[in-house]
Amino acid sequence: MSRPARPYTDPYLAGVGIGLVLLGAYVVVGQGLGASGAFASVVASATAAVQGPANAKLSAAVAPYLPYGVASPLQDWLVVELAGVMLGGFASAWAAGRVRRTTERGAALAVGQRLLAAGGGGLLMGIGAKFARGCTSGQALSGGALLSVGSWTFIATCFAAGYALAPVARRLWR
Amino acid sequence: MTPLTETGWLGPSGALGAALAIGFAFGWFLERGGLGSAPKLAGQFYLTDLTVFKVMFSALLTAMLGAFWLDRLGVLRLDLVYLPETFLVPQALGGLLFGAGFLVAGLCPGTSCVAAATGRRDGLAVIGGMLLGVLVFNLVFDWVAPLYSATPLGAVRLTDLVGVPYGAGVATVAAMALAGFVVTGRIERGRA
Repeated sequence: MSRPARPYTDPYLAGVGIGLVLLGAYVVVGQGLGASGAFASVVASATAAVQGPANAKLSAAVAPYLPYGVASPLQDWLVVELAGVMLGGFASAWAAGRVRRTTERGAALAVGQRLLAAGGGGLLMGIGAKFARGCTSGQALSGGALLSVGSWTFIATCFAAGYALAPVARRLWR
Repeated sequence: MTPLTETGWLGPSGALGAALAIGFAFGWFLERGGLGSAPKLAGQFYLTDLTVFKVMFSALLTAMLGAFWLDRLGVLRLDLVYLPETFLVPQALGGLLFGAGFLVAGLCPGTSCVAAATGRRDGLAVIGGMLLGVLVFNLVFDWVAPLYSATPLGAVRLTDLVGVPYGAGVATVAAMALAGFVVTGRIERGRA
């Protein structure tokens, strides 16, 4: 882990790589990439484990994610795909000497403050992705490349909110 | 003819195997581009690091053009590729919440997984927050259901809405992305 970290690939090149992966997903499985759907699947399965599948299925928000009952996460396409994302991300970082046990943050923040902000931001994204029916992967990228109206609505409002609030949140990233 | 799952070439277990491979490649390129590092992503909102825009729109451009031409060449049936349904108002609201969260967290759902997998504790915190957010949404779903399913437009493309051929939309988005890359370069040179 003390190896010097190699520089990142050119962003345009990495983007073309992701674009080809997305194209491969269209061709092989007829759907795009995703991330937030896997989180919904994990929460639904945890709910079913706690309440029992029959009770969990009474919730209209949980039921669509429980086609196979409690054991569904490992059979869910998005959960397996996201596990692959973690493996691939780790492999790439490992090969480039970029695996670091650290908490990345703006210079003005203590570790605890950063973790709190990260959790709070995640909470907002969790709710937002549910209303949007997807996140940067499933909605912006995968639907955007197919010119979905909802995807481009999401792209526009997501960046609008980010830029509108950026001056207020400056302390987080200074 | 593809998609393979839609034309009977690939069964459910094959699709799961493909999920792992596709995810692995996705995660690999996200990390290669530096998208596992929160300050780098947040830099997009302060125009100090434009990696997010570059990666996102070169990926979108590649997939959009690739899918368009594979369809034209008779390799891919674009009408069989899953197109998410549009719900205008909740998706606009979701985008606003998501954008605010993205700014504060510095990571999105996919990139938080890359960050966590490469040792970043803040990535793990974002994952925890996301799971909590989904749980909160599920708990209040009965109250927000009318808003959640408001303004359904169906599976609709921008080109359907405007009433122009799909190719014209693809060309327009491609031109916009290329213009965006030019502006990105100008911003970077202006700062240097």
